[in-house]
Amino acid sequence: MPHIALPKGLPGISAGFAFRPETAKPMRELAHILLHEPGSLAPGERELIATYVSYLNDCYFCQTSHGAAASAHLGDEELVKRVKADFQHANISEKLKALLVIAGKVQKGGKNVTVQDVEAARSQGATDLEIHDTVLIAAAFCMYNRYVDGLGTWQPRDESLYDAMGKHLADHGYRKPSIPSVEAA
Amino acid sequence: MAHIRLPEELPGIRGAMAFRPETAKPLNELVEILLHQPNTLTPGERELIATYVSYLNDCYYCQTIHGAIAAASLDDNEDLVKRVKADFQHADISEKLKALLVIASKVQKGGKNVTAQDVEAARNLGATDLEIHDTVLIAAAFCMYNRYVDGLGTWQPRDEAMYRERGKRIARDGYVSISKEYLPAETASH
Repeated sequence: MPHIALPKGLPGISAGFAFRPETAKPMRELAHILLHEPGSLAPGERELIATYVSYLNDCYFCQTSHGAAASAHLGDEELVKRVKADFQHANISEKLKALLVIAGKVQKGGKNVTVQDVEAARSQGATDLEIHDTVLIAAAFCMYNRYVDGLGTWQPRDESLYDAMGKHLADHGYRKPSIPSVEAA
Repeated sequence: MAHIRLPEELPGIRGAMAFRPETAKPLNELVEILLHQPNTLTPGERELIATYVSYLNDCYYCQTIHGAIAAASLDDNEDLVKRVKADFQHADISEKLKALLVIASKVQKGGKNVTAQDVEAARNLGATDLEIHDTVLIAAAFCMYNRYVDGLGTWQPRDEAMYRERGKRIARDGYVSISKEYLPAETASH
């Protein structure tokens, strides 16, 4: 049961967003820029970073919904599982592996990122913007994950729900709710 | 030295925000609502939560600037800010704020650490659902801001006077207004 009186029937972060629309707006906007808007890594790559960090933080709702979004972008559900289990041996670019190393360090704490980590990413072709966005995606999911779990939100074990959410997020991004009942609310 | 080429004259999160004004805008809007806009917890109380979480995350820039904003919001009581960081259970703050700081420290370690008992304790001392929500989100958000500031290896000068002066101005004017000093005009404004 959620720790506070959240709107019923809304899973995960959508309940927090409906409870407090004022803070939902910049949180949605941040996710939209970091994960969906063009101009950085491919959206599928950025969703993999978000999924991996949410997995490290053990947040079921976030790793499942962003895993579904990554899968919708990449058309490869197995790849998402492989990245979570052992990204060094997943079929992704060496650049993305180096960025996932940085994201994994940020998840534990910002000071863990070393000059060598950044140099390794740069030597695989990562730009300053891509490194910046990797750090901020990892940091932001340390927020979203804690928000979702810290409020004790409802996180149904229903894969079809997340598949639909992932497709919606991949197609439309984060500015508008991806849960139909929120649209009606 | 910062891990990427950030504007050199801007310390802490300001360098990162000037590097990427698109993400700076929602980051400033979020902190403005959580810490500055009027609410039932005072800005000073909310800045203490942000300071305490930044202290737990060992982020020098964030704990110092938010400590300065907290002091500026609490009649310049810098000793109270130090006391909250060192041992909030014996600081001169309300029992309700102590219970909320317990929740914040649990969130800092991971959201699942918050228990029904922690929340019940805060509620028994008069905390509302909105105050509990905002405490969770402030703590979560500073787990982001702290990682962003340290993860990029930003410049964090040891200059107490700079933080004190800036803390007074942010306490007075808020985050979005001050951000116009270091962000391009079209992204800083609403």
